[in-house]
Amino acid sequence: MIPASFEYERPANLDAAVRVLQDGGEDAKVLAGGQSLLPVLRLRLSYPELLVDLGGLAELRGIREDGDAIVIGSMTTHDEVLKSELVRQHAPLLAQATATVGDRQVRHLGTFGGSLSHADPAGDLPTIALTLDAQLHATGPGGPRVIPASEFFLDYLTTALRPGEILTAIRIPKLGAGWSTHYEKFDRVAQAWSIVGVAAAVRRSNGSIAEARVGLTNMGTTPLRASLVEDELSGAAASAATVASASRSVTEGTHAPNDLAGHADYRNHLAQVLTRRAVLAAAGI
Amino acid sequence: MTRVSVTVDGVSYQDEVEPRLLLVHYLRERLGKVGTVVGCDTSNCGACTVLLDGRSVKSCSVLAVQVTDRTITTIEGLAAEDGTLHPVQQAFHDNHALQCGFCTPGMVLAACDLLSENADPSEDEIREGIEGNLCRCTGYQNIVRAVQAAASEGRASSASTGATTGVTS
Ligand SMILES: Cc1cc2nc3c(=O)[nH]c(=O)nc-3n(C[C@H](O)[C@H](O)[C@H](O)COP(=O)(O)OP(=O)(O)OC[C@H]3O[C@@H](n4cnc5c(N)ncnc54)[C@H](O)[C@@H]3O)c2cc1C
Ligand code: FES
Ligand code: FES
Repeated sequence: MIPASFEYERPANLDAAVRVLQDGGEDAKVLAGGQSLLPVLRLRLSYPELLVDLGGLAELRGIREDGDAIVIGSMTTHDEVLKSELVRQHAPLLAQATATVGDRQVRHLGTFGGSLSHADPAGDLPTIALTLDAQLHATGPGGPRVIPASEFFLDYLTTALRPGEILTAIRIPKLGAGWSTHYEKFDRVAQAWSIVGVAAAVRRSNGSIAEARVGLTNMGTTPLRASLVEDELSGAAASAATVASASRSVTEGTHAPNDLAGHADYRNHLAQVLTRRAVLAAAGI
Repeated sequence: MTRVSVTVDGVSYQDEVEPRLLLVHYLRERLGKVGTVVGCDTSNCGACTVLLDGRSVKSCSVLAVQVTDRTITTIEGLAAEDGTLHPVQQAFHDNHALQCGFCTPGMVLAACDLLSENADPSEDEIREGIEGNLCRCTGYQNIVRAVQAAASEGRASSASTGATTGVTS
């Protein structure tokens, strides 16, 4: 189908983008890679009056190192993330998950910032941002501010971004020595969306698991951290039996959706299996 | 109306378009490039794949106004002026990699994009590389064979001429 009519602006810098977006009021929407927004417009599920295309904002693209973190511009494409040596070195979990997003065509246009702002609970990258304790930088009429990933995803397709705010960059702390990670995704062939996905980050020391983080995709209306599993694993022996037992707690506090891709009880089962696999792989057990 | 200025298959065009005009409709209805087809409403099938500055994109999921000052290659821009087929097109022909042919333009361009980045893909890499393209006739075996043939043809000719099979314009 053909989208409903809208006006189009392509500002040349961030200040202009904030202004144009503010002037557009609540019927204005940001256009990044368009890989979520254009399908939505084509199905006429949304009727913005103005699209503000961030495609001309070179300042929002690129990946740099900043002390103990890497900083990824919101308009950096999935393909650019995949090709980044900095990401491979300091946030391999992000590289692994990004490789599973959509297909080559989608990854050439879709952006990291667009994925986070879209906040689809079936999206893989919100889970990664949450698991890696990312800090999201936004700017808007009220000036710049920083939102921790743990406070960014509020509900289905809903973030803490205020009207007129643009996500500008994502700061991801480098995982220090001893950490290793894994993303385990279960999806339908030729339809890359996760039925369930589990991200694990584990720090091992002397035969035990010193710290663990577990993030869940598509087990609620937002990405979630499985804090009960994290607590059970922290300080536990690095053995297949402990991991299997801790993984059983993963559904605590989740609300798996029921949809055409699977029932909630199927997802609950999947989450346990995938958590075990992801933690075992991350811990190298 | 918004101005779009774009190079398509080596020719530059300037047009006034409605912002909501999808690139695929611009190509088909304004420029008459009906080789690029629409197969779905959900950005899934890849039939509409074109190259944007050499990288594959789904032209049903891009606005015409977004590609201003950029370069598009459609299936109609691949063959040489004298009609000699591009090596990927020739490989599809030789390996009977089409049945109804509807997915073929997108498949060929997806293959060009893959080979421009990986000149020697394994069978798995080919299958993953074209995962954004669906063949309703399910003729995947021959499509994969064609991409393998184009890859080895491309490596043979780049060894002799320095040229590659992918389109990187
Ligand atoms: C066939 C297909 C398969 C896919 N498979 C997967 C998958 O397996 N896993 C997955 O995670 N994703 C998948 N996606 C979605 C893909 O990752 C998109 O790229 C991403 O969700 C949106 O990024 P975008 O840059 O295209 O954003 P857009 O579509 O341009 O925007 C999405 C939304 O975010 C807002 N927005 C975008 N950027 C900003 C910003 N900087 N500041 C404020 N608001 C902003 C827009 O206003 C819009 O509401 C798939 C998409 C398609 C078409
Ligand atoms: S028509 Fe573009 S992906 Fe199906
Ligand atoms: S040949 Fe018919 S869709 Fe592929």
